Amino acid sequence: MAGFDKVVSSYEAAMEGLKDGDTIIAGGFGLCGIPEGLISEIKRKQTKNLTVVSNNCGVDDFGLGILLHDKQIKKIIASYVGENALFEKQLLDGEIDVVLTPQGTLAEKMRAGGAGIPAFYTATGYGTPVAEGKEVKEFDGRPYILEESITGEFAIVKAWKADRYGNLVFRHTAMNFNPMAATAGKITVAEVEEIVEPGELEPSQIHTPGIYVNRVIKGDFEKRIERVTTRD
Amino acid sequence: MALSREQVAMRVAQELQDGYYVNLGIGIPTLVANYVPEGIEVMLQSENGLLGMGAYPSKDQVDADMINAGKETVTAATGAAIFNSADSFAMIRGGHVDLTVLGAFEVDQNGNIASWMIPKKLIKGMGGAMDLVAGAKNIIVTMTHASKHGDSKLLESCTLPLTGVNCVKKIVTDLAVLEVKDGAFHLIERAPGVSVDEIISKTAGKLLVEGDVPEMVF
Repeated sequence: MAGFDKVVSSYEAAMEGLKDGDTIIAGGFGLCGIPEGLISEIKRKQTKNLTVVSNNCGVDDFGLGILLHDKQIKKIIASYVGENALFEKQLLDGEIDVVLTPQGTLAEKMRAGGAGIPAFYTATGYGTPVAEGKEVKEFDGRPYILEESITGEFAIVKAWKADRYGNLVFRHTAMNFNPMAATAGKITVAEVEEIVEPGELEPSQIHTPGIYVNRVIKGDFEKRIERVTTRD
Repeated sequence: MALSREQVAMRVAQELQDGYYVNLGIGIPTLVANYVPEGIEVMLQSENGLLGMGAYPSKDQVDADMINAGKETVTAATGAAIFNSADSFAMIRGGHVDLTVLGAFEVDQNGNIASWMIPKKLIKGMGGAMDLVAGAKNIIVTMTHASKHGDSKLLESCTLPLTGVNCVKKIVTDLAVLEVKDGAFHLIERAPGVSVDEIISKTAGKLLVEGDVPEMVF
């Protein structure tokens, strides 16, 4: 690796340094826009006691759900976990901690974490169980709760295209949480469909600038769809 | 007679105005998109990052990268925009979405809503509902007026954990249209053939009825 070239050629190299107890921030919404190969590598490595920050936790046999099989996840911070029977079982058995977090608050926690903002006030969740134990402050007569931002040892994201410098472009709604997640990792790894040379991406069309990205790997994606709905 | 799900959606659709940006929740709210009145344009926001949600795709158009917040495959309407989750909730929290329609377990006379959690049953998460009720300019709740056992869902005070406080402005149930203001439910319309007495008997919270209450017109 030389200069700004972020490309790595193996999943081992992509996730090198991940250790037990780390926090991983993952992009994706349901199964859309998830770094499939990086998740598989975490399973292969058998890293344990992970804290995972992600909107969802995959399904039983795909996405982050595969990290549940060997109880690699100790804690998950997510907005919706209703698609996963194994998750439900581990939650009911007390084997996994879950911090349910409103979706917009979760996105903002990642965004703020990546931007060096330690906490922010939001009206979301005021007066609900989410507000328990959190500072309340009024602005213009409306109460807001203080939410702390999130960063992690690793962020894993999925992009459509990257150049060698780690500039990323996402495709359609596979963008979702990926840009925020990318900013919030001490080491951010992007798994992408296509790697191009620097200069091939239009600078003004780049979603995530390469400064946030430490490693880029070309992946092969199954791109499983959770609910195929058609008008036919 | 109590309204069908489709009729509830049709009645909600009458609340749409030309140029509205609207977020529709899962269930009956989703059906509202089928009844947008002729001559007006609305744009649907899907909180996973799509403004201008189109129809379901044809089989050939199905694209794993193109889904809505219900994780269904969709298309982008003409003039749509796609963005990240933080931007999506910035437009929600910043009060830029004109109307949110969502379902609920309970609503109370102070406009509090409980829609995401039944203790001791499995907790799946709130998704974007707390952000939507805290941020939208106007919130309409759709639900049945009472449970299958006849228990009112319009209460003096919600019994389930809340999704948001003082936020619900209007409720369309299978029996009635009600406004929520000044600490009471105000009966605005009733379903065709449903009596005011039946609505009173199935409303546990404070209900104000003024004058003759008209039937809904479809």
